Parts: sequence; C-alpha cells; structure tokens
Amino acid sequence: MSFLRHAAQLAWKDLRVEFRTREIVYMMLFFAAVVVLIFSFAFVAPAEEGPAQVARTMTDPASGATVMAPKNREVLPNVAAGILWIAVTFSGTLGLGRAFDRERENDTMRALLLAPIDRGAVFLGKALGITMFMLMVEAAVVPLVALLFDAPIHRHPGELAALLALVTVGFATVGSVFAATLMRSRAREVLLSVMLYPVIIPALIAGSKGTSAIWMDPSELTVAHFWIKFLIVFDAIFVMVALWAFESLVVE
Amino acid sequence: MATSAPAPGFHEVQARGLTKLYGRHRALGGVDLTLRAGSLCALLGPNGAGKSTLLGILSTLVRPTSGKVAFAADGRELEPREVRAAIGVLAHEPMVYAELSAVENLLFFGRLYDVADVTRRSAELLDEVGLDAEARVRPARTYSRGMLQRVSLARALLHQPRLLLLDEPFTGLDRAGAQALARTLAAAKRDGRIVLVVSHDLEAIAELCDHVVVLKRGKIVHDEPRDAPFGPAALKQTYLRFTE
Repeated sequence: MSFLRHAAQLAWKDLRVEFRTREIVYMMLFFAAVVVLIFSFAFVAPAEEGPAQVARTMTDPASGATVMAPKNREVLPNVAAGILWIAVTFSGTLGLGRAFDRERENDTMRALLLAPIDRGAVFLGKALGITMFMLMVEAAVVPLVALLFDAPIHRHPGELAALLALVTVGFATVGSVFAATLMRSRAREVLLSVMLYPVIIPALIAGSKGTSAIWMDPSELTVAHFWIKFLIVFDAIFVMVALWAFESLVVE
Repeated sequence: MATSAPAPGFHEVQARGLTKLYGRHRALGGVDLTLRAGSLCALLGPNGAGKSTLLGILSTLVRPTSGKVAFAADGRELEPREVRAAIGVLAHEPMVYAELSAVENLLFFGRLYDVADVTRRSAELLDEVGLDAEARVRPARTYSRGMLQRVSLARALLHQPRLLLLDEPFTGLDRAGAQALARTLAAAKRDGRIVLVVSHDLEAIAELCDHVVVLKRGKIVHDEPRDAPFGPAALKQTYLRFTE
C-alpha cells in the first residue's frame, strides 16, 4: 500500500505545481488546438460541402455527364481519428518533456531517487501525473475535433473513453521511462521523440483504428473492442516492464 | 517504515576498491574509505578529483564500476531502501521544488520519508536553519541562493539521517547561516552521526573536522583520522601538502 501512497503523493505534487503554474496543460492544450485547427483547413471542405454533406455527384470530364462521386465520407472518420491522435501524441510529448524538466531544474529527481521509497513508485507517480495532464487536454480536444470534423463523439462514448484512457496510460508509461532516462542527456528533446514514437506506434495505431471504427456509420464495435483489448495487453506489458526497469535506467 | 528516529546501530560506512569509469575516463580508481560514527570527515581535493562521484556512490545514486560500499548495522548489511532512509544529502543543486514553498517542500519530502509529526519537525528545522516565517510560505523560486541552501539543508536533515553527505554546504550562506550550519554539524557529531563534507572553505570546517581525506585524480592520496579537530592551520597545511 505504501507503494501506491507514495506514487499518489508524487502525482498530487505534480498536480499542485501545475495548478500554480498552469504551464504544462495550457501549453499542451494550445498546441493540440493549433494542430487540429491547421488540419481542419486542409481536410474539411467548404461549408456547402461540409464534412457531413460531401458532394455526392461530379461531372465526368470525358463525357460531361453527371456521375456519382466517390463517397469520401467513409474516409472522414479515419481522418478525424488520425488528427485526434496526432494532436494528442504531439501535445503529450511536449507535456512529457516539460514535466521531467521540472524534476531536472533543481535536481529534484535526485531527491526523489534518494527517498526510501520503491523507485517504481517514482515512475508510477510521474506517469500518473502525465496521464492526468493528457486526459485534461483530451477532454477539450475531442469536442474540438467533433466541432471541426463533424466527428460523432456521442456514438459509443464508453468505448471512446476507454481508447483515450488506455492509449494515454500507455503513452505516459513508455514516455515517463524514456523521459527519466534522458534527463541528463543534452539532446533530450529530440531523443525523446526518436525513442518514444517507434515504441508507442502500436498503441497509436490501436487508438486510431479503434476510434475510426467507432466513428464509422454504422460503428464497427467488434473492431473497436479488439483494439481496446489489444491496448489493455499493451499497457499491462509496458507498465510491468517499466516498473521492473525504471531503477536500473535512472541510476547512473 | 518510520524513519523519524535515527537508524539504530548504523555506525560505520566502508567503501572498498571503488572504481568508476565514464567511458574511458576513470573518475575513481580504487578508493578505500572508512567513515565512523561521531566524526566529521572533510573530503578535499582539486576540481575533477572525483569528490562528487564518490559522494554519488556513497549516496547510492551512482553505481560503481567495481568495488562496494557496505552499510553495516547490528551485524547485518542494510537493504538499499534502509540505506537511503539513513542518508541525508545536500548537493550543488538545492533539490527542492521551485513552485512550492519551503514548508510545502519539507512536508512533501517528509511524507516520502514517513517522518513522524512532519509538520512539527519541518517547523523545528526551519527555525534551526534560520528561515524566517514570511519566507517559509513563499514559493522557493523567490529565494536567494542562501535561502535555498537553508531549505536544502533542512530537507537533508528532515529524517534525522545517520550519514550526512554535504557538498559545499557553506555556499551562499551569510555569516549567521554559516554559524547555524556549523552548530548543526557539531550537533550531528555529538549525536553520533557520520558526516562527510566536501568543501573548499577550509576555515568553516576546520574546528569540526577530525578526519581528512584528500582525493586526487580519482585516488586517495591522504587519509588521516584524528581524535581531535584539525584546526585551521593544520587543515590548510594538509590540503596544500597533498594537492599542490
């Protein structure tokens, strides 16, 4: 129980510091919103051909006859889901880097590692903090994606919440291990992305595929449930590996 | 695990054959050192001698390439977490959160160390290091270097560690702060703690230190425990003799 208590104390400390500075969540939120906004200009048709009312007909250039246009409405759930996860991933990387920078600035990570607590609790506390920051950002970004891309977020909200939570836990888990390992590296900002993305790609694919399956018309719940189960296994494996490896990675 | 009282029987630290390589650079090359309870050891040496590396290994944060540090208590070797519970470290960086006040920092770390009655203990320590009531509740980012050093010292002493590892503890302290620190170190010696101080301010520690270790290019070139403090002249002479 003391393991979880110590992890909770660490996460609570991170929230407390964030509540005072409002630095990480605002930065992540702003960045995610900008990403979604920029993509909306690229992928959303003008108002009369808005995402929900994509043109169904087009003129055949050869015969001049009006023919049925390819329905790109089927593509839209994928696009919206992809953009949601791009925004979440990139903003999450920013937040991850900054959250560990805070532990580096006054060398407080060393103080945490000196404490007579399981070093796995240090990892878990940091990962919990990052997870909470990311979930706060997602709570704002998902409605924004719905607004700009007509994503049907009201459809199966339980499954969508599960996907968001599971990918976020996986991202925070893998990210916290790499961010802590790279704390003393000079090129940590670059290296974090280089090391993190290849490992987290399966979770991002799962999140993206699962989300687009939910947003399809009709929803493909079997597919979404498969990816949710996949993410549960992914998270379980990486949480265990992280708890086991964290100490050896952070001690010089 | 309650750690508000000193770990019983923790009376000696023995380092044997410590080496540390960073790539091809040898930071430590076969260091043997014994630190005893109730003594204040001054670890001296020029820049790059390996003092911080040795402190890192003793504090369990740096793994030696070879060799071992034994923390013995009641005839048995302590577990890593028991060792960490018995160590207090004051380093170059203050190791406190800039956005939290001194009180909040001490409460946070006190809970990680399971310090009994941490609120009272924090207040006592902030009195001892001389941080005034107004400053205690301000965020640490508004503190001067000396104030940060005081909070950092309070954090290091919070759990009444048996082994105190202090890296340049007098840095940034004004006269009153330096005197308060000297009183704290004297009390630590009286209480039978083991104190290891890295300092270039020889005068500040001369009347307290009864053990001098001089490190040069990763090796101990002089190790002299005494029954009484060295005093300023003898300490300076020892330092100059083995470092120049």
